[in-house]
Amino acid sequence: MPVVDKSSRAIGAVRQSFAPWNDPSARPLIRFEGVTKRFSDAVAVDSVTLDVYENEFFCLLGPSGCGKSTLMRMLAGFEEPSGGRILLGGEDLAGVPPYERPVNMMFQSYALFPHMSVEKNVAFGLKQEGLPKDVIAARVAEMLKLVQMERFAARKPHQLSGGQRQRVALARALAKKPKVLLLDEPLGALDKKLREETQFELMDIQIELGTTFIMVTHDQEEAMTMADRIAVMDAGRLVQVATPGEIYEQPRNRFVADFVGDVNIVDGTVTGREPSGLWRIAAPGAAGPLAVDDPDESLDPGQAVAVAVRPEKMTVSRERPEGENAFEGEVWDIGYLGDWTVYRIRLDDGRILRVTRANTTRFVERPIDLEERVFIGFLPDAAVILSS
Amino acid sequence: MRGRLSPFNVVSLTLGFAFLYIPILILILYSFNASRLVSVWGGFSTQWYFALLENEPLLDAAWVTVRVAFVTAILATVLGTMAAISLTRYGRFRGRALFTGMVYAPMVMPEVITGLSLLLLFVSIDLDRGFWTVTLAHVTFTMCFVTVVVQARLVAFDRSLEEAAMDLGATPWRTFVSVTLPVIAPAVLAGFLLAFTLSLDDLVIASFASGPGATTLPMRIYSSVRLGVTPEINAASTILILLVTTGVIVAALVTKRSVMMRQAG
Repeated sequence: MPVVDKSSRAIGAVRQSFAPWNDPSARPLIRFEGVTKRFSDAVAVDSVTLDVYENEFFCLLGPSGCGKSTLMRMLAGFEEPSGGRILLGGEDLAGVPPYERPVNMMFQSYALFPHMSVEKNVAFGLKQEGLPKDVIAARVAEMLKLVQMERFAARKPHQLSGGQRQRVALARALAKKPKVLLLDEPLGALDKKLREETQFELMDIQIELGTTFIMVTHDQEEAMTMADRIAVMDAGRLVQVATPGEIYEQPRNRFVADFVGDVNIVDGTVTGREPSGLWRIAAPGAAGPLAVDDPDESLDPGQAVAVAVRPEKMTVSRERPEGENAFEGEVWDIGYLGDWTVYRIRLDDGRILRVTRANTTRFVERPIDLEERVFIGFLPDAAVILSS
Repeated sequence: MRGRLSPFNVVSLTLGFAFLYIPILILILYSFNASRLVSVWGGFSTQWYFALLENEPLLDAAWVTVRVAFVTAILATVLGTMAAISLTRYGRFRGRALFTGMVYAPMVMPEVITGLSLLLLFVSIDLDRGFWTVTLAHVTFTMCFVTVVVQARLVAFDRSLEEAAMDLGATPWRTFVSVTLPVIAPAVLAGFLLAFTLSLDDLVIASFASGPGATTLPMRIYSSVRLGVTPEINAASTILILLVTTGVIVAALVTKRSVMMRQAG
């Protein structure tokens, strides 16, 4: 086993310079304290405790119905918590109506006022504050410039494309300089190409303005791309709150591993630990006992665990790879995606594992074909042990 | 299925429309009859329209009718819109289905019964019958039409528009005035026109609820006809038809336009 210097390692290739959540003296801008929301008999949000910091791009991620939208709507003031408190800048928001909260929201449907022009839509919030006309006009112009919609100021919403409406909605929500901008599935209605472009634009705007963004989405790719930190939610509870890198490379449990990205999960039993720190795991179907480099100290021999390995961290080859970690099987499907090739490999017990290979060259010597017997291999530190 | 009209379609369409509109066409035609006899064509003339201008009782009745219809439409629109909002907005309160049914009931209630019950009410509370009793009676049966029209619009209303307004700092009242009302305005206007038109041509309920000095045009026409149909009445009826048709067409156009706006937006 090659010895790796771990001192310079970080989890995931993410932005490293901003991490107030690791600073014990940092005061959170928003604090959810044991927030619960019950609708008649169903619990939508179940005692969520969460801190969000100033300037952060925070994302609530989860499948539909997991409570992420309800949590955000409670912050906006459209729902009152059934239990717990929400603090903004240290002040309890209980009983503060939506129109008095320094929080603005960009709606999934954009919710542009159909009877008002783009300009009037953006000016709406400023008008409610009773600002003088020239101040409003200047601010509206500034906002439209920010989202590159100056030319469309006089248009009505129904004369705009989906992407243009999205921009107007963003400008309108930012016009009042809110402390927090809430984004409810902001890119859900856009097509793929436009969505990717807009993701980076939104990130640029967030960094430029320094506003705290809280985004709700069910799209893990969107969350991974944009967020500083992600809170993964399931059935009203927080499952894991961490940076995109940690969420992906060190998922806390099966749900997170499975929800964010593709993963191969193999069940096994802990047999022991080597002096080097490698955990030994007996996994039925594997060519031998598995070796996993996981910092978790709390495992016991005999404990049932799952080993999770991402498809791109596995190799597929005709010869048995070096190292212990190997599975043998037959090539069942090959999916060529251009940048990636996906191999679905069927083990002898019928389970199917996915392995992806980056196509870094245009030509491949003796490519692996369907129905060939192959070995899947992975390095000890490519895998994660899921104990729960 | 957007085929061409088959001969069968053409025939049924013609028969259907003939059945509906020949009586009205005959009435309009005879309003331009030069002869005093209703059943004999004596050449084209507009004299009966001019004669109308000198028929004081008929003009009085027309004026009463327009005033009643106008006040009715305003009151029915306000009440009907309020009912529509509470029925669509305040969730599933106890007895919501019952309330919905009760709002719609006057649409199918026999007019004679509505009229009679109102008459009994006015008599029992000792209210002098006249302009206001007719108006009140008309409000009770036109309000539900406004509710139906406005409710249809509210059901399709995107609640996040109101949330967005409040989120941007508008109080609930400001939200209603600057967002909800403008968006549902076409339906409210359509409801207003519908109430106006319904009040304009009502005979049965007005006959029960009216008193001396508040004879409406349909009542006047009906009582004149009992003494014999005159071309003058035909002329008055033609004008009434014109008014009602205009009201209905404008209401339909307003609704259609707002639907198109909504689909585009």
